[in-house]
Amino acid sequence: MALSGLAFVGFVLGHMYGNLKAFSGHDAFNEYAHHLRELGEPMLPHMGFIWIMRGGLLLALIIHVACAIELTRRAKKARPVKYVVKKHTGAIPASRLMRWGGLTLFLFIVWHLVNFTFGKVNVQGGSTDDPYNLLVDTFDVWWMTLIYLAAMAMLGAHLHHGVWSSMQTLGLTGTAEARARVKTISFAIAILIAGGFSLVPIAVLTGLIER
Amino acid sequence: MNLTLKIWRQTDAVDKGKIHTYEVAGISQDMSFLEMLDVLNEQLNELGEEPIAFDSDCREGICGMCSLMINGEPHGPEVTTTCQLHMRSFNDGDTITIEPWRSGAFPVVKDLVVDRSAFDRIIQSGGYISANTGSAPEANSVPVPRDNAVRAFNVATCIGCGACVAACPNGSASLFLGAKITHLGELPQGQPERWSRVVDMTAQHDYEGFGGCTNIGECAAACPKEIPLDVISQLNRDLRTAMKHGH
Repeated sequence: MALSGLAFVGFVLGHMYGNLKAFSGHDAFNEYAHHLRELGEPMLPHMGFIWIMRGGLLLALIIHVACAIELTRRAKKARPVKYVVKKHTGAIPASRLMRWGGLTLFLFIVWHLVNFTFGKVNVQGGSTDDPYNLLVDTFDVWWMTLIYLAAMAMLGAHLHHGVWSSMQTLGLTGTAEARARVKTISFAIAILIAGGFSLVPIAVLTGLIER
Repeated sequence: MNLTLKIWRQTDAVDKGKIHTYEVAGISQDMSFLEMLDVLNEQLNELGEEPIAFDSDCREGICGMCSLMINGEPHGPEVTTTCQLHMRSFNDGDTITIEPWRSGAFPVVKDLVVDRSAFDRIIQSGGYISANTGSAPEANSVPVPRDNAVRAFNVATCIGCGACVAACPNGSASLFLGAKITHLGELPQGQPERWSRVVDMTAQHDYEGFGGCTNIGECAAACPKEIPLDVISQLNRDLRTAMKHGH
């Protein structure tokens, strides 16, 4: 759970960096997207880097989901009779959202891949062969931006608990100071990633980024 | 104080059980929570009804026998055991819901009494130090560095009450397990069996049907002895080291 989760953290950081290229304009963004396909050539074949990443992410996803299902199954078995009244003292809301949040993120990722990668759906009905224009067309639609922002809020919550939880699982928070430090870092990473991803859709919707 | 009590009643382990409502009057603020239940049981005795079964022993907060989920919190709203919880923590006219610990590994015996021998079996699987008996050794022959001694003492305060399990949304006993692993792992006497201990105790924990830890932290908030979450990190770390050592 921890290791596959950290692999995702690494990925979303890189992904966010790429997205922010949208602020450098049409050509910089498209060039970056195109370069990802050539990364590692001639050592790697065309699209080699992309497929290695896809393979790694798919593996991490399988491990992450399998662990989540096993933990949920064990938790259900460990408490066959529910409490009539139960408070959740000591738990941050994000920690209690992990399972539903994870499912929400999964559904979002499926839509996201249909939207930009495998399906290429332009909700405005325009062309889909230009990554930058597809991005602008998508986020010019207010409800698409809303869906993405909601997903980023969920991603932020997932990271807020997930980053800390992974460090604890790896046994790296053995003192009160280390725990406080990791919890702060976890919150900062959540804000950085969710915020960084949200900048582009907001900028498109407000007209800061346009075709 | 006059109170409305909603209490889980269950005649035996196979009974389905349900919440019953009782009224108690004239409760003093200086009574402990268990004394308040004693008052209710006196009333039930007079009416010829079966008194409510609940666990208690020392009634001074050190034995770990009392339990009770009080308004959704193990041992109630204060950071202490149920026997050391006093009625001044409640208000006149309050409704208080009292349930047993809910865990598949702690089956209900009757009413509010659960069987916590799963914890004993976890201790039996490795929560000890093997030593040849004989005359007591010279106390200072094995020096213990101060920081290790302090941490060992702090987590040795775990009384095995099971509040961590009761609070955990996953029904995990990782805080209990972590406290025992840290307690013995900090001391020189605990080193020879350190790696087999963590593997065996974790295996027993899982075998008993406790859930997996997802680091939510409700256990540490519920712990009457304030065992911190870092013992779970220590547990994970020791488990990783043990696996590296081939256990």
